[in-house]
Amino acid sequence: MKGRIVIDGELCKGCGLCVHFCPRSAVVLSRKINAKGYVYAEPDAKKGCTGCAVCALMCPEAAIEVSRE
Amino acid sequence: MKRIYVRPQTLRPVPMHYCPGCGHSIIHRLIAEVLDEMKLREKAICVPPAGCAVLAYNYLDIDMVEAPHGRATAVATGIKRVRPANLVFSYQGDGDLAAIGTAEALHAANRGEQITVIFVNNAVYGMTGGQMAPTTLLGQKTTTSPFGRNVKTEGPPIKVCELLAGLGSSAYLERVAVNSPANVKKAKSAIAKAFTYQLRKAGFTLVEILSPCPTNWKMDPVAACRWIDEEMMTVFPLGVIKDLPC
Amino acid sequence: MNKQLMYGTHALAEAAIQAGCTCYFGYPITPQNELPEYMAQRLTEIPGGVFIQAESELAAINMVLGASAAGARALTSSSSPGISLKQEGISFMAGMELPAVIANIMRGGPGLGNIAPSQADYFQATRGGGHGDYRIIVLAPGSVQEIADLTFRAFDLADTYRIPVMILGDGMLGQLMEPVIIPKPRQEPLPEKDYIVSGAQGRQPRVIKSLILDTREMEEHNWKLFRKYQLIQQRETRWESYLTDDAELIVIAYGTAARIAKGAIKRLRKDDPNMKIGLLRPITLWPFPTKAIKESLSTASDYFVFEMSAGQMVDDVLLSLEGKGRVHFYGRPGGIVPTPAELARSIARRYYQMKRTRKR
Repeated sequence: MKGRIVIDGELCKGCGLCVHFCPRSAVVLSRKINAKGYVYAEPDAKKGCTGCAVCALMCPEAAIEVSRE
Repeated sequence: MKRIYVRPQTLRPVPMHYCPGCGHSIIHRLIAEVLDEMKLREKAICVPPAGCAVLAYNYLDIDMVEAPHGRATAVATGIKRVRPANLVFSYQGDGDLAAIGTAEALHAANRGEQITVIFVNNAVYGMTGGQMAPTTLLGQKTTTSPFGRNVKTEGPPIKVCELLAGLGSSAYLERVAVNSPANVKKAKSAIAKAFTYQLRKAGFTLVEILSPCPTNWKMDPVAACRWIDEEMMTVFPLGVIKDLPC
Repeated sequence: MNKQLMYGTHALAEAAIQAGCTCYFGYPITPQNELPEYMAQRLTEIPGGVFIQAESELAAINMVLGASAAGARALTSSSSPGISLKQEGISFMAGMELPAVIANIMRGGPGLGNIAPSQADYFQATRGGGHGDYRIIVLAPGSVQEIADLTFRAFDLADTYRIPVMILGDGMLGQLMEPVIIPKPRQEPLPEKDYIVSGAQGRQPRVIKSLILDTREMEEHNWKLFRKYQLIQQRETRWESYLTDDAELIVIAYGTAARIAKGAIKRLRKDDPNMKIGLLRPITLWPFPTKAIKESLSTASDYFVFEMSAGQMVDDVLLSLEGKGRVHFYGRPGGIVPTPAELARSIARRYYQMKRTRKR
């Protein structure tokens, strides 16, 4: 099953919950910083996302949009 | 590909002021999701506390009435008695509900007010900088229990659900947590259940939510979630404490 | 409603109901227990009527806050110590611009004090017993009829200006039985309120709050409240003048104290018809009848302020006179209700003292 997530970098505060709880470790903290100075999370292209939405479940900022086939 | 999760409509598209990894944000999101799914946005009236979540009215797109610290259950009582058809819920922290607002919470429960209380238990006073709360654990260091909470002088942490369970007209009391995916799912269904019971006039409903406060616990968000599992849950076990369907 | 014999507390409750009050939140405290008792019975006969005996006066005022935010006309009552517990809630409602009516049937103080009538909460009522720059309208009835009329009017004032309004009675007025005609309810429905919470159906959500973190916005909010208070001062100041046209000495007293003063003045004028004394009775304690007092300087040179307290309204009299005229204070705190004869003696002494100084 294929999935995809879109993270709104401006809402993300780099809390790392998505990174920790993703069963496939398919989310990483990027090197980029948003307007508020937070390092924000990004999907890791090398890893396969199944669209299980665990990341969105944990995201305090509702910054993650999840799609799935 | 089909989108299976988007930001809930009732959660305004604005960044929230909460700290990174704060449980309040997760809980706001869950409330918004439940209001969307149960189509209650236009019926809901919330009474936010004086505490970190006082600014909830910037985030939840529903009618709100701000209460003085500790008085949200009394304010919610006044609203619900005048507008019984609306969904009325207070959103309170542990200081707000179990310290200054204990009498109001206890008596609203005992009268069986048809309101729901979303009780966020993060074991400290957040907004004011991490002081000891009624739910601070024994031995837990805070800015006002620098040597750790001492049972001899501060007594043990107060278990709100168990306290209210003894009161006649409290209908549904459950303690949940937002420190893991499985728990977040259970927390969401508990909120939905509490709202459902309210609309069915089952009586007073309260959902106690163990919530991470990374900043004042001086931990990173992931460690805070673990601390809830390893420490808080030993004192505050999860589960349904009371369930009297009407 | 025709004329009936009623307690002050009952007249207050019935007038509130006729004014469209549907919610009452109270708590037992002497000397106003008859009011919640009356409401517990009567509100069950009112469609949408809500009665709660709250767990404290503090909870009660916050229930009023909620009911008012939801659009209902709400009343709470208590006596001095209970009114102290309500001050935070009143300050919040002033900041949130929420209407409400709060009745204080004053008793002896401070502390537990006693249950006898007193006027020792004047400062608390008129200077704002809570925190922040705010005022509330304070109405001081002098009879059971006036309790009914002022309570009925209080709900309109509260809604018109979106402000808490206090009825300041005392133990005697509350327990007094007098013939009263309760005002008839208006025919047309109450005006719509566009700020209340009712669920954001087909409109933007509303937030009723007093938290304003931005200091510039908070300052502007304070000046907005201030402009409202000025408007109230211009439009709503009320007082009664009794035999003041030719008065050289004017007694200033309100509520029960004014009744006693009127008795003393009648007695003195009967004994000495050319004794030029009168009474100026403030009915609105806030806004205070400053102008009326100042204008009375055209005839009067002496003022005799009588309060059933150690002296609080006397400050407002001094402020009104701006140093002109001579102000004498006669106070009986602690729940003492002096007789008209006692008061007459003291007034007469001041009056003849004034006459002697005028001759020199």
